[in-house]
Amino acid sequence: MMNTIGIWIGALLTLAIYSFLYKDNPFYKLAENIFVGVSAGYWAVVLWFDYAWPNLFEPLFKKGQWFNIFPIFIGILMFAPLIPRISWMVRIPLTFTMGVAMAVSITQIVQGDIFPQLQATFLPLTGVSFFDAFSNLLIICGVIFTLIYFYFSKEHKGVLGISARIGIWFMMVSFGASFGYTIMARVSLFIGRIYFLLHNWLGVI
Amino acid sequence: MKVILPLAIVFICGFYMLITFFIPAKFAQDSSQLLQLWYQGVAAFFVFIGIFNLIKINVDRIQRRLKDWEYSIILLSFLGVMLVAGFVGGRDSRVFLYLFENFQVPLGATMFSLLAFFVASASFRAFRAKTPEATLLLIAAVIVMLGRIPIGYLIWDKFPDLIEWIMRIPNTAAKRGILFGIDLGLLSMALRVLLGIERSYMGGGVEK
Repeated sequence: MMNTIGIWIGALLTLAIYSFLYKDNPFYKLAENIFVGVSAGYWAVVLWFDYAWPNLFEPLFKKGQWFNIFPIFIGILMFAPLIPRISWMVRIPLTFTMGVAMAVSITQIVQGDIFPQLQATFLPLTGVSFFDAFSNLLIICGVIFTLIYFYFSKEHKGVLGISARIGIWFMMVSFGASFGYTIMARVSLFIGRIYFLLHNWLGVI
Repeated sequence: MKVILPLAIVFICGFYMLITFFIPAKFAQDSSQLLQLWYQGVAAFFVFIGIFNLIKINVDRIQRRLKDWEYSIILLSFLGVMLVAGFVGGRDSRVFLYLFENFQVPLGATMFSLLAFFVASASFRAFRAKTPEATLLLIAAVIVMLGRIPIGYLIWDKFPDLIEWIMRIPNTAAKRGILFGIDLGLLSMALRVLLGIERSYMGGGVEK
């Protein structure tokens, strides 16, 4: 019974959202507001149980880690703008999160992005099949030409201009491929919704 | 005080995290791990302040009877139901999961699938093969789209292989070049933040 009601809710909400394809209407607005309310509630619960409780409150209340009072206090300071006299204190949680996030991102960028990506670009041009060598050469040239396009310290003229233009070609192929991929991902979602309506709800397929 | 204290926090926390990365001692690693846990916990408060603002704005809309205020009641009701179901019953409770599966999942999937129509209509109007670069973009997009549907395979059985090659070679090359640019930009931005040169994220009145 509950399952059937759930399917009906899902189907009616799906139709309400698709009604926007005709024009903005009360059904769409209703579904949109339900979505915002449910999503906000969902993420509040998930973040509380996944991060705030296990990282801050549980060690304080269950393991007696008294020093966890500091991050909780820092978190509560997010609400400082509600009291104009101490509103500037909102900068404390902001700078704390920025400081840690930036430091973590520096190490992650260097260790997780730059070095592995550089390593993956040094590809063999000999000792492999002609096609693989061609593909490897294309990757090496593609990376260099794309980087040259983003080099703005010198005017893009002569060899630099030609290289930057080839870099644009590589990027255009990449953007086109990403665009096609995105469209197909959305179409897959659409097919999934239509399948839900015809199979789960109406049972015609 | 209003500027120095926040700048000191970003400097100390940031450089302490950076230094501990190079010190394999247990104390350094444990304290770095603890700071990261605190960071995750504090970052969760950003969502709580967001929800607080959402409630404040919608209550205000209802009180002032602004346009479409009735929908604010719906929004707040569902937010309340979700919060009660999650915080009273727990995140694995039947009610919370039921609401997630029958409201959040279909609404989320439908919202994102709606974009297919808008992207398709926008690209129909914007895609014009006027320059060689635009032609390349168009060809790559068409090949990728054709290759991912059965009719593409029927037209030419090598379409799936071609897409795989496009994604693996020219796409990877360009993405990698762009990624290097992004990474270098992020690195310089991170250093600017840690050194207190970049302050715009702290809000107004801190530049002086």
